Amino acid sequence: MSPRVRTGAALAVLAAMLMVTGCARGIAAGGNGGADGGGELAGRTIEVAGIWTGAEQRAFRTVLDAFERRTGATVRYTSGGDDLPALLNSRLAGGSPPDVALLGQPGVVAQLARRGALAELTGPAAEAVTANYPEFWVEHGSVDGALYGVYYKVADKSVIWYRPEAFAEAGVQRPRTWQELRRVTRALADAGVGTMAVPGADGWVLTDWFENIYLRLAGPERYDQLAAHEIPWTHPTVVESLELLDDYWSADRAIQDNPLQLTFVQAVADVFGPAPKSSMIYEGDFVAAEVNRLGTVAVGEGARFFEWPSIDGSPPAVVVAGDQAVAFNDGAHTMALIAFLASPEAAGIAAAQGGFLSANRNLDRSVYPDPVTRQLADRVMEADVLRFDLSDLTPQAFGGGTDASMWRLLQEFLAGGLEPADLAGRLEVAAQRDFAAAYEMAPPGAGDGR
Amino acid sequence: MSARARTHRRTAVLFLAPTVLIVGALVAYPIVFSFWMSLRSADGSRFVGLANYVEMLTSPGTRRAIANNAVWVVVAPTVVTVLGLMFAVLTDRVRLVKAVRLALFMPMAISFLAAGVTFRLVYDEDPNRGALNAAVVAVHDTFAPASPYPGATVREGSGLRVVDDGAVVTPGTVAAGAVVRLPLVGLPADAVPGHAGEAVPPAAGPGVRGLVWRDFTPGDAGTPGVVDPGEYGLPDVLVEVLRDGEVVAETYTDAYGRFVVPELAGGGYSVRLAAGNFTEPFRGLTWLGPGLVTPAIIGSYIWIWAGFAMVVISAGLASVPRSAVDAARVDGASEWQGLRLVTVPFLRPVLAVVAVTLVINVLKIFDLVLVLAPESVQPEASVLGLEMYHASFTQLNTGLGSAMAVLLFALVLPGMAWRARLLRRQELR
Repeated sequence: MSPRVRTGAALAVLAAMLMVTGCARGIAAGGNGGADGGGELAGRTIEVAGIWTGAEQRAFRTVLDAFERRTGATVRYTSGGDDLPALLNSRLAGGSPPDVALLGQPGVVAQLARRGALAELTGPAAEAVTANYPEFWVEHGSVDGALYGVYYKVADKSVIWYRPEAFAEAGVQRPRTWQELRRVTRALADAGVGTMAVPGADGWVLTDWFENIYLRLAGPERYDQLAAHEIPWTHPTVVESLELLDDYWSADRAIQDNPLQLTFVQAVADVFGPAPKSSMIYEGDFVAAEVNRLGTVAVGEGARFFEWPSIDGSPPAVVVAGDQAVAFNDGAHTMALIAFLASPEAAGIAAAQGGFLSANRNLDRSVYPDPVTRQLADRVMEADVLRFDLSDLTPQAFGGGTDASMWRLLQEFLAGGLEPADLAGRLEVAAQRDFAAAYEMAPPGAGDGR
Repeated sequence: MSARARTHRRTAVLFLAPTVLIVGALVAYPIVFSFWMSLRSADGSRFVGLANYVEMLTSPGTRRAIANNAVWVVVAPTVVTVLGLMFAVLTDRVRLVKAVRLALFMPMAISFLAAGVTFRLVYDEDPNRGALNAAVVAVHDTFAPASPYPGATVREGSGLRVVDDGAVVTPGTVAAGAVVRLPLVGLPADAVPGHAGEAVPPAAGPGVRGLVWRDFTPGDAGTPGVVDPGEYGLPDVLVEVLRDGEVVAETYTDAYGRFVVPELAGGGYSVRLAAGNFTEPFRGLTWLGPGLVTPAIIGSYIWIWAGFAMVVISAGLASVPRSAVDAARVDGASEWQGLRLVTVPFLRPVLAVVAVTLVINVLKIFDLVLVLAPESVQPEASVLGLEMYHASFTQLNTGLGSAMAVLLFALVLPGMAWRARLLRRQELR
């Protein structure tokens, strides 16, 4: 799932409704462009749709403002909330998609691209992407060899956040291996300071747990194969990973009570709020933004992170995710905006405001506002093993949204209703159905799907 | 046909045309189109016959949704109508009728979405956040006081057992004269009371004696099961000494965690730390868990709609002839009989309209469930509207989604027809 914080379906629906009513207008506004003064795009209106609201939206706005100043174009941002793909689909069906959208799920981008809904990046946009982004991100912005998206914002999903105070009270150090993590968890439980918060009410968190274990246990090659469904979910490595997960989740007192009622936002508050119940929470760099919002402890002091522990001596590996900007038409204004989003300048404006990681290799990393963010950015830029969030690579119905099979099944697993082998079997059944359905929707001859 | 009749007809067509056009474009066409889409594949490209309907009726998800819809249809309109009637009759008697009714009607001004978000907070499981659980816990704690060491449990490998109710029991038997060690963990350091001292095992002597302490030293410094320096005794723990399953003595630990029952001699005892020492504080109910989620959502629905029912029924109440009620009163009817035998029969058409309106409204319930049910229990809380949304927009299966829409339409139809008939009958009267 996207690295974003899900503030609840409510906002999503609200935003979606506002957008449906508010956005039918303005699409036609990009008709005839700008002889009248200002920059090259004066008089143009460009519409951008994204999932961000609140502070993230404001931060993105400053980037768009810079683009407006530079080109004279007017950029309108519309927030679609977490159900953005659903909204884009209805806008597409109505024949009026936005010019640019920022999407968190490559699986959705692939489906849109194969349907012919997206425009391939060309001209300045394509040049900016290849000039500024490492091969990994260019590849993940491509579908069947054609470049469609630029990863404007990225997330490091291989860190576990902890409360140093609790660690001190239990007299434990940051674990480096899976065994150490289990020992630390046990010591925290014995010390009575609270252990790990697993926000099972948000399915995407659970998929991220699995992905980190799987990447370390099975290795990057198998990880790629599983993401593409070239090996079945009943593969022994999957079952073994699920067993590790089960071992941890169902160990006595290892995780906070009643995880299925715990949302991500609440879980962060349960670790870093005024009345902590737990001492650790696994999720990406964006936990920091949530901690800042709470304001009880400072990131880097009362909230620190350690990297996801190594399993059986696995080398350090980073699971990443990101929001990529894609174009729904190949107009010059659209490509100009994408090119700007891919520039070090845009990345710098966003990065300086915090709560933002960029994969732009020409960005001067000293602009990050604090050492913790810089450290996270370094991890993403310098990782030896870098892999994209597996569930996001699968079709939306399987891993990419509310009601997705993988989310649901892992929730059932966390509730204790499934054995690892049974879960693997059911994941495989769901994968066969969802992968087949996703490819069926692509027009014939649109590639073999990876 | 005479020229005049023709003109009449032309005028009629002219006046009807806009309505026909609008109804056709906005109502008839979408219905027919949905039906057509329901016979086609996920992306609408192929004809698949009734396959979508078969999938819909055989999938466990939709079945559960249909079952939930049934619960909704039976419970929500009934409760709302009965509450509305009660409110209408009762508010009729109070001064400031308008103010009271306005207050009760107020929730109608709130959108389902906002109400859902609000109730998500009301139903939150954590009593510090959820208003309802805060109330439940407050009531509970008035009757059942908190335990001294909630969450404490036995040190792994100490041999102690935690029995079903949460009490801690020694393995095997204990003889008088020996010192019984009862190491506990899982307690935060600040849960140890201020008057506690560092744990000191009692000296050997007559009777059953032992030590209860917090067996935790930060890091690897401490040895499990051994009293290490800096480990504190746990005072005021209720200790029970048993023989053959019968409690033969009860005592409390002192400030150093020690307990002694000097009068006991011989062997065959076991020591039990009563469950009451460790009971976790009551945290209320999981309102939005799999078991209670549908009733909880129905509860918020009732909160929203009861005011509406009250207002409509109040309007009906005004048309109940005073003379009939007065006549009943003169004939010696009680308040309840008057309501049951006079007022309600007069109100029957109004009550029917309210109930049927609510049935239709409840069948298409969607937003409240989407917002209120946490993601992890959405399958348990699911209703047809939600299934339709997920099929159409998250799975992008317009065929299946349309099939569900058609089913929903078919379910609403009888209610609609009945209501239309009721309205027509009223007009005729």
